[in-house]
Amino acid sequence: MPSLKDLRNRIASVKATQKITKAMQMVAAAKLRRAQTAAEAARPYAERMEAVLANLAGGLASGSAPRLIAGTGSDKVQLLVVCTAERGLCGAFNSSIARLARDKANALKAEGKTVKIICVGKKGYDILRRQFAADIIELVDLRAFKQLGFVNAETIAQGILTRFANGEFDVATLFFSKFKSVIAQIPTAQQIIPAEIPAGAKTTDAVYDYEPEESEILETLLPRNLTVQVLRALLENAASEQGARMSAMDSATRNAGEMIKKQTTIYNRSRQAMITKELIEIISGAEAL
Amino acid sequence: MATFKFELVSPERILFSGDAVSVIVPSVEGEMTVLAGHAPVVAVLKPGIVLVQTDSSNGKEFFVSGGLAEINATSVTILAEQARFLEDVDTAVLDAEILTAETRHAGSHDEAEKKRLHDQLVQLREFKGVFEQRKAA
Repeated sequence: MPSLKDLRNRIASVKATQKITKAMQMVAAAKLRRAQTAAEAARPYAERMEAVLANLAGGLASGSAPRLIAGTGSDKVQLLVVCTAERGLCGAFNSSIARLARDKANALKAEGKTVKIICVGKKGYDILRRQFAADIIELVDLRAFKQLGFVNAETIAQGILTRFANGEFDVATLFFSKFKSVIAQIPTAQQIIPAEIPAGAKTTDAVYDYEPEESEILETLLPRNLTVQVLRALLENAASEQGARMSAMDSATRNAGEMIKKQTTIYNRSRQAMITKELIEIISGAEAL
Repeated sequence: MATFKFELVSPERILFSGDAVSVIVPSVEGEMTVLAGHAPVVAVLKPGIVLVQTDSSNGKEFFVSGGLAEINATSVTILAEQARFLEDVDTAVLDAEILTAETRHAGSHDEAEKKRLHDQLVQLREFKGVFEQRKAA
């Protein structure tokens, strides 16, 4: 049986841990609000972009489409861009994205395709390198940036585009976690090259004039669209990460509270038992006289 | 007066969303004023000022560093690369823009890309000149 001092130490240490998790939860809640606003603010742009692209691509004769829409005509080499967090302690957030990517990679390998992986965020890299160390071609580190912006997305998108131009891969898929609510984040795989134009996004049947040429517009628009998609993934991820951390830390705090309660009961019981024992000793000693 | 729906969106946020009477758009092939009932056009933008008239006496000015405008009879949507309220723009902002464009131009190897960046650089410098004149006036 642990001594009273042991019990006191144990309670003190759980209390300290609880304070940390509580603080982390509050920090995550504050950051979540900011991240959520950023993610929501970025949505309209991505949606409008999609609509414009759909309108443009809808009027495009097949065969004349740029390679970013039409693809290379092959799907032998697959690029997986896995976006995760830079930090842990956020529940199943990182591992669920990594699991989705891993399943996809395994499925592709089983079909005899070549898989290349770009990791955005250290945690995903840590998980994936156990199995796919040879396939990871790049690790993008975003730890230095407090607020993710267009510039970060652009750097990543530029890297992907350069690889595509060099013929290093045929199909690219982006993995991230969609922010639905604080308790629900959905790991998502989205194909970015060739760009998927969602059916039904076409908003108008009007025949557009183009200034300058249609093909020229598409040429500038498609790389931009890629950047926007990456940006959206980064922002959604940031919000999801904070949400996941918040609920993970919330349940950690609650668990610590329960543990403290249990330990305190044990502590009080053994303290009382000790007092009773001492009293019995004194009384029986007095009676013996 | 006939109005149409105008939206100015940058990747970070929506800067303007509402009805407008006219919008002046800095397209690469020249500035154009859009009124309600305009023919459908998709135009690429150069760095410049977007002027929105919400009614005959109220106007709002924005700086865009490039992007795309989708125009049809009932709505105008501008997808800007970067957009700010004109009040928030000063020479330092423009200098920063020019500097990024320069470094990109120097680092680019693709012919077409280089040409595009060169054009952008020229347009940016041009705009800076116009901007300084405006400020002096």
